[in-house]
Amino acid sequence: MANTATMGAFVDDNDAQAIYLAAKRRLLWRRRLLPVVTFLTLLVMWEVGVKIFDVKPYIAPAPSAVFQVLVTKFPMLMQNLLPTAIEAISGFLLGNLAAISIATAFAYKQSLEEAFFPIAVMVNTIPVVAKAPILVLLLGNGMEPKIAIAALICFFPTLVNMTRGLRDVNPQQLELMHVLSASPREVFVKVRLKNSLPYLFSALKIAASTAVIGAIVGEWIGSTVGIGALIIQATYSFDSPLLYATIVVGSVFSATFFGVISWMERYFLTWSAAGAR
Amino acid sequence: MALAALERDRPRSVVTPLKTEAAVDLSQVCVRFTTERGTITALEGIDLKVPTGGFLTLLGPSGCGKSTLLRVVADILQPSSGTATVLGGPPAAARSRRDIGFVFQDAALLPWRTVLENVTLPLEVGGGAPKGRARDPRELLELVGLSGWEKAFPHELSGGMRQRVSIARALVSSPKLLLMDEPFGALDEITRDRLNEELLSVWERTGTTILFVTHSIYEAAFLGQQVLLLAARPGRVQELVPVDLPSPRRIAMRETPQFVSLVTRLRSVLEIC
Repeated sequence: MANTATMGAFVDDNDAQAIYLAAKRRLLWRRRLLPVVTFLTLLVMWEVGVKIFDVKPYIAPAPSAVFQVLVTKFPMLMQNLLPTAIEAISGFLLGNLAAISIATAFAYKQSLEEAFFPIAVMVNTIPVVAKAPILVLLLGNGMEPKIAIAALICFFPTLVNMTRGLRDVNPQQLELMHVLSASPREVFVKVRLKNSLPYLFSALKIAASTAVIGAIVGEWIGSTVGIGALIIQATYSFDSPLLYATIVVGSVFSATFFGVISWMERYFLTWSAAGAR
Repeated sequence: MALAALERDRPRSVVTPLKTEAAVDLSQVCVRFTTERGTITALEGIDLKVPTGGFLTLLGPSGCGKSTLLRVVADILQPSSGTATVLGGPPAAARSRRDIGFVFQDAALLPWRTVLENVTLPLEVGGGAPKGRARDPRELLELVGLSGWEKAFPHELSGGMRQRVSIARALVSSPKLLLMDEPFGALDEITRDRLNEELLSVWERTGTTILFVTHSIYEAAFLGQQVLLLAARPGRVQELVPVDLPSPRRIAMRETPQFVSLVTRLRSVLEIC
């Protein structure tokens, strides 16, 4: 039938295929290796620079000194990562859950969105460093204010994106559902929710890294444990190697968190042209 | 051939006299939209009867309300005045009985569903197809020439293939009335010709009444038993031209003097629209 033209377009040519695949592999390895090589080169330059210009360790430590701290103080660093990780992940879950629920309510009731969205935008304009002390006053000195800050920081991008994802549906898809006499619930579950997933995941990827920032900023104010507290302590005692090592631990955690969300995105969005890549 | 899949359907020849009862009956239908810049009359005083089992093509310049007319019949839009009767009742009743299938201009597939899942969508929502009317989705995919593509996602398909999926989807609940809104408008001419022939065989075998919007004179003449010419601003009926071509119709027929004179006639009417 008519589609044989499209289906028959592929012919077997093993040599050409092998050359193509080899070239593809080479490009892939180049993309993976180049950043690693660049990174190592920069580290070496930094190390050499510190030695040649005799930079004082409290101003800028050599990478080797930072690495040494990472090794010798590893248990202590992990002890401080744990509370920060708990705060960031709890805040991430809480903030996004709230945002998704509220976006759902907005999608069902336009007037709710009109009532609350401007307020949400206003609260969002307050900088995190200004919100943090208020929340510490409100919620005390434990983990709660840090979780609240992490949650707040995740909340807005997800609310905005999710609301857009639930709304920006192809009008013909909605007309189709109308012609099929679909119930509002069916329209929501089978069209709007699915349509919002790519929007949601791009928000979640932002939230994964900002949640960690939120937890760390929260720890700057009257906290004794956590990555944030360690940053403050190391700064005040001019212990630059420890400060850098702490930052490395924080970034690695943040990057891992981001990686997990990206992996989930690829897993759940196999259908989208972007997710299939 | 894939069409053998539909052999069990009531075979039907185009030359059989049609039942007198109208599948679509519009009487003095007007549609107006009010915007900040004023009120636009999309359709004015439309009177139209489409016989059951008929194939009507709607042709006219852009802005003549072709798509609007289709949406009134599908109960997507309400007429501002006048009455629309679809399959013996109000459009809403026909819609909720699942008697209407709609094929959209851009296929309107759900990108998160595979080809097969897209075709079965009408069976899942709105209470599914009425008893005994659900068709085998795989058989329909074979009919539109997409066997073997069941598990593909829409973004892996070409425009023509996507439109075939949407035709299979529209047919899965055996609608009595098929509304098609410029379904092949975005396709290349070769694919379009092929799909035109396939659509005619589907129509001949299923006995479905079809309303087909197009802006191609050739397509309108080739497909329709009647061509409804609409004039723009406000959208109104210019002329209803019967098409007297032998059946079955094949693309080669477009070279015949009969076809050429029909196209000339349609073009001359369109010039005054």
